[in-house]
Amino acid sequence: MGPQREEMLTGNMAAAWGARLARAEYVPAYPITPQTEIVETLAQWFADGTMQGKFVTMDSEHSMLTAAGAAAATGVRVFTATSSQGLLYAFEVLYTVAGWRVPLVLVNVSRALASPITLEPDHNDVLAARDAGFLQIHCETCQEVLDSILMAYKIAEDPRVLLPVIVNLDGYYLSFTREPVAIPSAEEAAAFLPPYEPHHAFFKASRPLAQGIAVLGGFIYSYFRYQEQLAARNALAVHDEVAAEFARRFGRSYGPVEAYRLEDAEYALVMSNAFATKGKAAVDLFRQRGERVGLLRLRLLRPFPHEAVQAALRGKRAVAVLDQNLSVGQGGITYQEVAAALYHEPSRPLLLSCIGGLGGKEISAGEFEEVLELMKEAAATGQVPGPQLLYTEGEQTQMAHLLDIAGKEWG
Amino acid sequence: MAIEHAYKKLKEISLEEFILPGTSTCGGCGGLEALRLAHKVLGKNVVFVNAAGCFTLLALFPFSPFKGSWLYTTMASAPAGAQGIRDALDLLIARGALSIEEDLQVIVLAGDGASYDIGLASTSGAIYRNLDFWYFCYDNEAYGNTGVQMSSATPYAARTTTTPAAVLTPEGTELPKKDLFEIWRAHCPPYLATVSPRHPLDLARKFEKAKAFKGPKLFIAYSPCPTGWHYDPGQTPEIARLAVETGLWALKEAVHGEVAHTYIPKKLKSVEEYLQAQGRFAHLFHPVRQEAALRKIREAITQYWAPYLRTMQNAK
Repeated sequence: MGPQREEMLTGNMAAAWGARLARAEYVPAYPITPQTEIVETLAQWFADGTMQGKFVTMDSEHSMLTAAGAAAATGVRVFTATSSQGLLYAFEVLYTVAGWRVPLVLVNVSRALASPITLEPDHNDVLAARDAGFLQIHCETCQEVLDSILMAYKIAEDPRVLLPVIVNLDGYYLSFTREPVAIPSAEEAAAFLPPYEPHHAFFKASRPLAQGIAVLGGFIYSYFRYQEQLAARNALAVHDEVAAEFARRFGRSYGPVEAYRLEDAEYALVMSNAFATKGKAAVDLFRQRGERVGLLRLRLLRPFPHEAVQAALRGKRAVAVLDQNLSVGQGGITYQEVAAALYHEPSRPLLLSCIGGLGGKEISAGEFEEVLELMKEAAATGQVPGPQLLYTEGEQTQMAHLLDIAGKEWG
Repeated sequence: MAIEHAYKKLKEISLEEFILPGTSTCGGCGGLEALRLAHKVLGKNVVFVNAAGCFTLLALFPFSPFKGSWLYTTMASAPAGAQGIRDALDLLIARGALSIEEDLQVIVLAGDGASYDIGLASTSGAIYRNLDFWYFCYDNEAYGNTGVQMSSATPYAARTTTTPAAVLTPEGTELPKKDLFEIWRAHCPPYLATVSPRHPLDLARKFEKAKAFKGPKLFIAYSPCPTGWHYDPGQTPEIARLAVETGLWALKEAVHGEVAHTYIPKKLKSVEEYLQAQGRFAHLFHPVRQEAALRKIREAITQYWAPYLRTMQNAK
């Protein structure tokens, strides 16, 4: 292990450090809350010579991601960041640059989507991009943000993968929260992540190349789309290789999922991102009074680690997927993915869907109690209710009061 | 940079072709001819950054008619793609990863729909940032690739599939063509010009002249479209000639914002000759002459040229 110094960093600062240690050479940017601190920090580092390359403020996220992809297609290592509406504004470009097979890293600082327009996080923004061809790593801590960015480049640039990666962190709860973060030295980071030297994507006079070219005919289109799928599935093994090397060099281990007190658990919560910390605290409280509860944190969302999820949840009586997102008219998004992963298990746990933490709404101790009660009840009756929308009595009282001020009735 | 070619005579235009035949564009495509001529001046070391439009289907896997490189981006963000490529080439050259001989001229290739409408913000951003790039807009005055719908480049009184000449809208398109030249000029780019494929020497001189400038070099190419404008493909040169001689398409340039016309017709031809040659204006003459609409078109031309023709007269 090399020398690593520890600093108190916000999630955003940790993301900026990730880009710096990865020696990202090109950063097209566009401000949006709560991501802005990342690009402010990088702008400063490029301006004072700490980072070498170019920082350019673009005219929109749509332009920003196009410039990012085009620069990566020319042969430089690219970093960029956005949030929420910005990610959606760039939406068609996500699919476009993934198809270019350019291994750039995009940090998304999660923030709930309009309408109503708001600032605090949930995961409808990043999960909307789940089919785009970007790999996705979702982080719980500031340390994990920095580490995941370094790992993301190494996974993305692997010739077996060559796909861009979104590294996700929660706005406010993580973006603006300081935690102690071990910062690898530049030398250690460089030893882990060699320079980006693409052989598949470049623009140069001596070797003309057409990239992003149109196709007509479903069989041609399907070929290239299947290539993306196969490359994304390759990323499962590549992730584990990269994580193993990262652990050897830096002493911190990351799996595609994280199992917390799951081994002997009868009941399990499934969560992701920063609120998993609240879930772990709830698990600790349950454990103190002898309840056998654990938590599975989803970290690698794309490619989805079916086998890791199956192995982690095997033998549980009931599992509640606590989604901080809402697929309107359906329910939780990761619930569907976990359900698909478990379907072929010979003995499946009962699987409940709970929606909580939308727009940064607190998930209280009482709500975790309720989720556990729902799991126990399901286990006792064999009956699984539809998606449960978590909301506390206190919140209901406050909301009724606000509705009253607005001249509206609860309903 | 010294000007290598004066382009006084047609034979000065290179015989070398950089766009090979057999493309999927329609016969008589004026835009492709303008691009072919421009490419002869630009030479082989180019990368086209394409926005969705007719020319997107020029490069169709696994074939490309271009000797140079190509990147299809999106409809709205080709200038941002140019930014990424230009910046990356500069970075690679600066750190010695790419030799200067490998450098490319970065050229946005976009139709009027992408240029006048959906991609305008991205273009504005690239010009504002003084990006060293070329912009080639092939302006066929409609969304041609999708079947000729109105764009903000469609001229007043042209019929398109979304601005039909009908009982309530007898003129067809009711709004005048957006003045993209002036919108771009407001950004004060080093070089900006309109060109026409029927004026190859004027076109070649402008591309040659633009080489001397670092920064945005922007071109709007008049692109007669037999398919969308309803005339025989063989008539493309004549339609293009009439557009200039009637004063509808002004050949001009702006160096650092200073406008100069590179060709001023001695006497403007009657615009009706131009209009009657194209099916998209047929409703102005049949079943009845739409006098008010024709007057409006004539007045717009007169109003545009008045100050310049006066200047000409004063100069004489």
